[in-house]
Amino acid sequence: MKHRPVLDVSELPTYAFGARSPMWWGTLGFCVLEGTGFALAAGAYLYLAFLNPQWPLSAPPPDLIWSSLVTVVLIVSIIPNYLSKKFAEKEDLPRVQVYLIVVLAFGLAAIGLRFLEFGGLHVKWDQNAYGSLLWALLGLHTVHIITDVVDTIVLTVLMFTRHAHGKRFSDVGDNAFYWNFVVLSWLPIYALLYWGPRL
Amino acid sequence: MRLRPSAAALLLLPLTGCKGWQSALDPHGPGARSLETLFWIFLAVLATVWALTMLGLIASLRARRSAEADPLSDDPGTEAGMGRAVTLLVALTALTVLALTGISYAYQKRFGDKREDVLTIKVTGHQWWWQIDYEDAQANRSFTTANEIHIPVGEPVRLKLESSDVIHSFWVPSLMGKMDNIPGRQNVIEMQADREGIYRGQCAEFCGWQHAHMSMLIVAKPKSEFDAWRDRQIASAAPPADDERRRGEQVFLTSPCIMCHSVRGTSAGGKVGPDLTHVGSRLTLAAGTLQNTRGNLAAWIVDPQRIKPGTNMPLIQVEPQDLNALVSYLEGLK
Amino acid sequence: MSEAYAAPDPKELRDHQVDGPELTTRLARTWGTKRGLIGALSTVDHKIIGRRYIVTAFLFLFLGGLAAAAMRLQLARPESRLIGPDLYNQLFTMHGTTMMFLFAVPVMEAFAVYLVPLMLGTRNIAFPRLNAFSYYVYVFGGLMIWVAFMLNIGADVGWFAYVPLSGPEFSPGKRADIWAQMITFTEVSALAVAVEIVVTVPKQRAPGMTLDRIPLFVWSVFVTSFLIIFAMPAVMLASTFLILDRLIGTHIFNPAEGGDALLWQHLFWFFGHPEVYIIFLPATGMVSAIITTFSRRKTFGYLALVLSLIATGFLSFGLWVHHMFTTGLPQLGASFFTASSMMIAIPNGIQIFCWIATLWDGRPVFRTPLLFVLGFFFIFVAGGLSGIMLASVPLDTQVHDTYFVVAHFHYVLIGGAVFPLLGAVYYWYPKIVGRLMDERIGRWHFWLAFVGFNLAFFPMHITGLMGMPRRVYTYQHEMGWDNLNLLSSVGALVFFLSFVVFLWNVITSARKGAVAGDNPWQAGTLEWATSSPPPPQNFDRIPVVTNREPLWAERETLSVAAGLSVDNRELIVSTVSEARADLRESSPEPSVWPFIAAVATGITFIGSIFTPWAAVWGSLIVGVTLIAWFWPKGAKEDEK
Ligand code: HEA
Ligand code: HEA
Ligand code: HEC
Ligand code: CUA
Ligand SMILES: [Cu+2]
Repeated sequence: MKHRPVLDVSELPTYAFGARSPMWWGTLGFCVLEGTGFALAAGAYLYLAFLNPQWPLSAPPPDLIWSSLVTVVLIVSIIPNYLSKKFAEKEDLPRVQVYLIVVLAFGLAAIGLRFLEFGGLHVKWDQNAYGSLLWALLGLHTVHIITDVVDTIVLTVLMFTRHAHGKRFSDVGDNAFYWNFVVLSWLPIYALLYWGPRL
Repeated sequence: MRLRPSAAALLLLPLTGCKGWQSALDPHGPGARSLETLFWIFLAVLATVWALTMLGLIASLRARRSAEADPLSDDPGTEAGMGRAVTLLVALTALTVLALTGISYAYQKRFGDKREDVLTIKVTGHQWWWQIDYEDAQANRSFTTANEIHIPVGEPVRLKLESSDVIHSFWVPSLMGKMDNIPGRQNVIEMQADREGIYRGQCAEFCGWQHAHMSMLIVAKPKSEFDAWRDRQIASAAPPADDERRRGEQVFLTSPCIMCHSVRGTSAGGKVGPDLTHVGSRLTLAAGTLQNTRGNLAAWIVDPQRIKPGTNMPLIQVEPQDLNALVSYLEGLK
Repeated sequence: MSEAYAAPDPKELRDHQVDGPELTTRLARTWGTKRGLIGALSTVDHKIIGRRYIVTAFLFLFLGGLAAAAMRLQLARPESRLIGPDLYNQLFTMHGTTMMFLFAVPVMEAFAVYLVPLMLGTRNIAFPRLNAFSYYVYVFGGLMIWVAFMLNIGADVGWFAYVPLSGPEFSPGKRADIWAQMITFTEVSALAVAVEIVVTVPKQRAPGMTLDRIPLFVWSVFVTSFLIIFAMPAVMLASTFLILDRLIGTHIFNPAEGGDALLWQHLFWFFGHPEVYIIFLPATGMVSAIITTFSRRKTFGYLALVLSLIATGFLSFGLWVHHMFTTGLPQLGASFFTASSMMIAIPNGIQIFCWIATLWDGRPVFRTPLLFVLGFFFIFVAGGLSGIMLASVPLDTQVHDTYFVVAHFHYVLIGGAVFPLLGAVYYWYPKIVGRLMDERIGRWHFWLAFVGFNLAFFPMHITGLMGMPRRVYTYQHEMGWDNLNLLSSVGALVFFLSFVVFLWNVITSARKGAVAGDNPWQAGTLEWATSSPPPPQNFDRIPVVTNREPLWAERETLSVAAGLSVDNRELIVSTVSEARADLRESSPEPSVWPFIAAVATGITFIGSIFTPWAAVWGSLIVGVTLIAWFWPKGAKEDEK
């Protein structure tokens, strides 16, 4: 077929931030499917909690101390995370570098605290169904923290090398988006696992 | 041993291959009967829907526009007409499914309440046979049997369904719909037979190797006969009547059989396999796999794995002369 | 907000500076796939991957079909000793698992991967490397379970693997683990493709392709992708829980320790019901495409069709309990699911009626694709109506887990998905291969398939009502099911033959078929605007769309957008609703890392069947491969 040009796209930018970027939609897609996974896992936990006359099964509720610290660290990390995104949109490289490192520090702290948290559970995964689901939910979330921390490490390294330009800034925005998801998905799980049994 | 006439007639049933003794289309109880009616109602409605749809489809295959017509063009009149037709059909569809939902619910409610004061039987699924416990307020009138449920005609009985291992499903199509036996839970259904007869049922949920050979018989008989049967089943096994059988009993009691099987009144108290106290009175062996004949009984003991590969009864070496005695003994457990 | 407008690079060649064959060859060089093994493993061309996907899925159909043939041989006679229980259980598990997870879902995604970018007028799918990865993961999952079957450790617990039968106590050995990991493999791949589609459709449409101009096939896979995103996590969670119970001793499904056997069923069917629409909805997209083209009339009720796709998608999440009516759930709750199941007849009815209306006011052209669609109507509607029977709680207590259900789901799966799919093969084969399939053999194929299918599966309704449960390796003569089963087996043989005819047609037409040209069926959508088979860049210039059927609106010339780079892999990113051109983004170059990452993922999954530590060490390796995959080495944009 013969072509009849009716539109000139040569002046269009080659990348953009937020919902204009396909990567943002991809990240959203993964957040939604992983969020569904969390919701269903929490549903399974609640299902067994309602089915069993006693819950938690033959175990005191898990300690609050470490998990609450994790929660605080995650919530506070939202601030540097937000700033990393904001300065990425301004393509302000030095500040992006700084805030990425701060976010990373928070992420690593959260992982460290999470391991202490596992120590404060009074039940093993192979003891009963309560223990199994407790470990499964925590494990699932821990995998998400680790994934995003690794992602952030890679991005940080990129931002300190010759790759730090253009579309990379958009990637910083998407990374921040995903970290928000990791933090937000934690809050209901925290409430469910740590406060639910105390009600 | 001579069989009582009615039992003998019943025994012939499976041999003559009576169709419908395990069929949802040949109901013999109120439950299955209303389900059959419901089925025909649905079929009539839905077959009509299908036929009308196909008629519409065939009618639509005539060419109604010229070969040159622009595929993007449309005639507003036709378009509006088709719009109205589709709307109407969708409305009809909605009404039909609404009606069907209502009818379905009305029938479902019939199976809702279950009486507590009727004969209650616990049916436990095992890989791959059924344990049947007749419960009674008087402990000494409770008893256990296997793969064969006798019920009085014309009375509802209550079945408590449980499982000892995996999920099974209790299904006797000519009497009632099915219900699952799920480990860790108990389901209850009510069942009733209107006429004397033998109805076959079969496990409906896939449960492993011998899911295909996990059937049971429902024997419905008049109340008086049922009571007589129950009294005989409550009794412990009668002592062996002759030397051959006495020797058979010895063979049995000194063999590994007793690790798995019980014969009330003897020291055999195993719980892994079917209760054999009155095994001789049952119509089939190994959950409907074999007719209960002397030859089949011997064949089963000699090599259960050939008859029912994977069954949880192992092959146990029995000397040939012992085998005869053993079979005579078991046969005599009426 | 600052925006980095890339100043047009004077050295960079743009597509308004060249034209004709030169443009074609230059673009083909930019978008092409290198020769050789590394080139083949590195490709990110959605057409090459889509083609592989389609062929692989059909190979699995044949394997699954061979398993079915073996089952029908065994069931042809009562108490046949041909196949014992162990093998039979593996056969139906492999059959069901293969058909659902390795054939039906992947084949629909395969067509989407091939067609969606072409129909949208773009040059590649979003995240093409992820696309390559998803294909390899899928192949490894399928290979694993079939190799295990050959080694006599095939899965044997049915395609929905109910616990406790599939749990640690009653399925010792590795069979159930292999099944569960295969699920993980295929779900990873399905989810990856779903995310690609969910991004490609809103973001990469040709300028001007507003929401009401998206081809119905694209709508159908778009909705399907959402179903995948919301449904598949359930089965991944279920299979992961099962693996945990089996390998590290958790008790999630163990009633003795506070777990529950029905939890599995809820999780599985929360996925399993949407799953059947994941298979069916893309097939409706194929039906829409074929009906429109062969009626020579634009689709009647486009909006209604789109809305019923969406409605079906929503409703499908409220039906899962209809697979559990005999588990003893509370009565009232169960009847809610009767109502919701029956309600789905409404969107399905809308679709059927709109298609019939399109045919009504059209000028039907009876070529093989349309024949298969007519077969679809005949069979699918019957299957849908038997679904309405199953939806009734009391009726289902009689027919659940019998051959009546087997009949229902083959009517809907084969009638509703395989028939449209075969039509789709005849329809798009010329685009993919460049030659038309033989019409005469096509007719033979259709009639053999149609007659064979009904002969094989209609009698199953009756055997089911006569009391025959499913998944039995044999039955006794006294049951009176002999003749009906024999009939089914004969029918299955005829149906099998039809596939041999089909295979023959596919193979011979590739060499001897009539040359297709760009648009052999005079269809209206964009995939027909380019050559057959399409060049690596799909389109020399990105089309600009002004009508739902662009090629019917403009028959001689194609409105296009100009200004994209010729030497870089650039494509247009558009806005979500109006599809205005928004960005010139570059699409990733070929890379072998997705393949390596898939190998590492495969090793991790398989290793974790044997030791939980494989999951830990394996993820490290996978992590490394993923970093290599995303590391921007040599990407052209970095060298500026
Ligand atoms: C492509 C796959 C597909 C499709 C589209 C469907 C469609 C439907 N299915 Fe089916 N189903 C399966 C695949 C599918 N199913 C599979 C694989 C299983 C078994 C799984 C297993 O156990 O292994 C199953 C099992 C299954 C069950 C469980 C049975 C049991 O195990 O006991 C039920 C119960 O409600 C059911 C119902 C329905 C309904 C109501 C529809 C509806 O969507 C149908 C709607 C369509 C129509 C109704 C026809 C068109 C409409 C009209 C022409 C309008 C006029 C209509 C009326 C007035 C009613 N299906
Ligand atoms: C899309 C899905 C799909 C498809 C297409 C089919 C196709 C077929 N199925 Fe299906 N079937 C299922 C999905 C499907 N099935 C599912 C989900 C189950 C439930 C499993 C379970 O209970 O767990 C099931 C169960 C099932 C059973 C019940 C088993 C049982 O409960 O015991 C039976 C029995 O007859 C059967 C038969 C067939 C037949 C004869 C075909 C035929 O259509 C097959 C047609 C044949 C071919 C497609 C092969 C052609 C091959 C070639 C041309 C190759 C030639 C090449 C060489 C020789 C090299 N199937
Ligand atoms: C390890 C356990 C075990 C041992 C030992 C064992 N059985 Fe069994 N037996 C079973 C099981 C389980 C069944 C049910 C099999 C089935 O139907 O799949 C059974 C079934 C039977 C039946 C059929 C009962 C019926 O009502 O259908 C008979 C008879 C029988 N066994 C006799 C014997 C004899 C005699 C011996 C010893 C030589 C023996 N069994 C040893 C487990 C055992
Ligand atoms: Cu028990 Cu099937
Ligand atoms: Cu369903």
